[in-house]
Amino acid sequence: MLRLCDIAPGQGACVCGLATQGRMRRRLLELGLVDGTIVECLGRSPWGDPSAFLIRGAVIALRKADCAGILVQPEEQEAAPWD
Amino acid sequence: MGLTRSSVGRLAEERSGKVPLTGHSIALAGNPNVGKSTLFNTLTGLRQHTGNWPGKTVATAQGKCRLGTETYWLTDLPGTYSLMSHSPEEQVARSYLCSGAAEAVVVVCDATCLERNLNLVLQILEITPRVLVCVNLMDEARRKGIRVDLPGLSERLGVPVVGAVARKKQSARLVLRELDRLLRGSPPPHPTVIPYPAAIEEALSAIDPIDSPLEPRFVKLKRLEGDPEMLEELGLPEVDPEVLTGLDAAGLSPQMVRDALAAGPVQLAERICRDVITYTSPGYAQRDRTLDRVLTGRISGGIVMLGLLAFLFWLTIVGANYLSDGLQWLFDQGESLLTGLLGNAPRWLFGLLIQGAYRTTAWVCAVMLPPMAIFFPLFTLLEDVGYLPRIAYNLDKPFCCCQACGKQALTMCMGFGCNAAGVVGCRIIDSPRERMLAILTNSFVPCNGRFPLLIAMLTMFFCGTGGAVWQAVLLTLVVALSVAMTLMATKLLSATILKGRPSAFALELPPYRMPQVGSVLVRSMLDRSLFVLGRAAAVAAPAGMVLWIMGNIPVADGTLLTLLGSFLEPMGRWLGLDGIILLAFLLGLPANEIVLPIALMAYLCQNSLTQMGELNQVRDVLLANGWRWQTAVCMLLFTLFHWPCSTTLLTIRKETGSWRWTALAFVLPTGFGILLCRIFTLLAG
Repeated sequence: MLRLCDIAPGQGACVCGLATQGRMRRRLLELGLVDGTIVECLGRSPWGDPSAFLIRGAVIALRKADCAGILVQPEEQEAAPWD
Repeated sequence: MGLTRSSVGRLAEERSGKVPLTGHSIALAGNPNVGKSTLFNTLTGLRQHTGNWPGKTVATAQGKCRLGTETYWLTDLPGTYSLMSHSPEEQVARSYLCSGAAEAVVVVCDATCLERNLNLVLQILEITPRVLVCVNLMDEARRKGIRVDLPGLSERLGVPVVGAVARKKQSARLVLRELDRLLRGSPPPHPTVIPYPAAIEEALSAIDPIDSPLEPRFVKLKRLEGDPEMLEELGLPEVDPEVLTGLDAAGLSPQMVRDALAAGPVQLAERICRDVITYTSPGYAQRDRTLDRVLTGRISGGIVMLGLLAFLFWLTIVGANYLSDGLQWLFDQGESLLTGLLGNAPRWLFGLLIQGAYRTTAWVCAVMLPPMAIFFPLFTLLEDVGYLPRIAYNLDKPFCCCQACGKQALTMCMGFGCNAAGVVGCRIIDSPRERMLAILTNSFVPCNGRFPLLIAMLTMFFCGTGGAVWQAVLLTLVVALSVAMTLMATKLLSATILKGRPSAFALELPPYRMPQVGSVLVRSMLDRSLFVLGRAAAVAAPAGMVLWIMGNIPVADGTLLTLLGSFLEPMGRWLGLDGIILLAFLLGLPANEIVLPIALMAYLCQNSLTQMGELNQVRDVLLANGWRWQTAVCMLLFTLFHWPCSTTLLTIRKETGSWRWTALAFVLPTGFGILLCRIFTLLAG
């Protein structure tokens, strides 16, 4: 199991848990990061942080500190929403 | 953005929760940045400022529209992704929906990103069944090869669904027709019920119903969730502890219950979308990804950002030159005409009206207005395309290092248009500490009203014959300095009085959209120009008169003006400026665009010069009054960093609710300005 911040650009992953509490946890769930959600890392900002993720069809930028609380299973294949 | 007449005037009534006397009251809800405001504008004919970035509508706006004999009062709610938490926008939207003030709710969705939007639709369906879903941006979706089965969606949701292109009148009429049918109750809505895990459903049925105007299931869900703040807001009692112990026995901790309640709509939205959406072109987002790779690339990101800014400035400077020449000629003609008319008037009246009021106003319009009238629409175009969130994304790391929110980059960008609008925009930042940081440092970037002054300074003293390209590059450097100072001030604040860790933040990077070039140009140019003209007349004319009077009242061995000037002289000199400039900055408190005209008027009053036309003549006037290049640098610095204009200050007072913070917003940039001017004077003076 990895954290979302360990996922390299171009790589996909499947959410398998949240290691944060309170308001932040709520926010992440509202973004759609419930268990089983497929997420793809699209790239990093010029300074290396934050990173952009494709989450349920929307592109969301998350800071490293925040995605450290998102536990994921890396996907072998790239996530493709049209499959 | 921009305090245009229509966005702050009486047309857009910023009254939330106001219940109209006649007609149907309708709420417009939706995720941020899905075209709610555009639909609102199309329906009501109001011109609320719209842009392609999340969080544009920060206050509720109301407007009226008609279909046949029916009148509809629309309330444009702030965009939210959810209605479950406590950010200010969500609170506003939730309390409006729960108050029952709206007979029906139109939920606007983005067809290119439906799944994310359905989450909110489903949450609203838990609050009220009278919902019309408007799937907007159907044209963008078609272009990307995304097909939405609208009848299928309507069937799955149990409420009417219309496809729309919000800026088209035809779509607006379609929405109104469906709304009419919904209000008549034909067919009555049968909203889908979000299923939750069996243990939770069991617990829900065990909760006794209470007397509440809210939907019974919604009440039970909120009580089960048991968030104390939320229960207080909705006026609901806590749930029987037995219910919770029952859940605990079934292996569900309160945390797991809350998770399941949040996951319910998300998972249902996923299932619905799997059924109703087909992607016909696999690379539907390829264009956006490629653009993002360039615009937010490691090296290209910064280059493009600076290049784009310089290009905008170049266009502004070149365009403003032409416009300025034309206006100058026009005002010269006007002055000869008025001089002819007032030829026989007493000298004091002529002086007051022509040399005082008319010339100052003419100057503000001719020199200050053109750059503003050009830069603002160009900036609006950038916003419309969706580039501003990318700037925030690129600049997040530095802001993070200052313990601030990445969205502060977004509000900072708004500040380039108008600091007061930037301050209002700070509402998109959830954390109160980070919001205060953004509000206090917003006026560190030059607003539209200060750009002309910066451009004039650079043109007169540093460009020589270098031309517009050189001016644009210099101006970009000046702006870079202001951004650097914004960061420094933020860092300073978060190291002293606003200590804290940066809170979590998620920034949406919306899909790029084709800008509506025509309407943006016409709208923002006209609105902005008219607004500035109005303000120029309201502020510059009286200021010009006051100045003329001060320059013509003999006191001791000079005039009131020379007296005041010499009183401020030591302070001015100490800063590398002079007394008159300081006086101009003080008198320019209502509007930054009148600072230079006032200074010139003051010089001219003293020297009784009669004519001033182009910038090189202005330069001669300034040089004759002891200006050197060092003076110009200090002027630049002080223009960038001094007290915010009165509109901005009042806005800060309104937003922070405290005169103390407002005072700090006054002192902080002024302190930076004084310090920088002093350092420069010591080094180069």
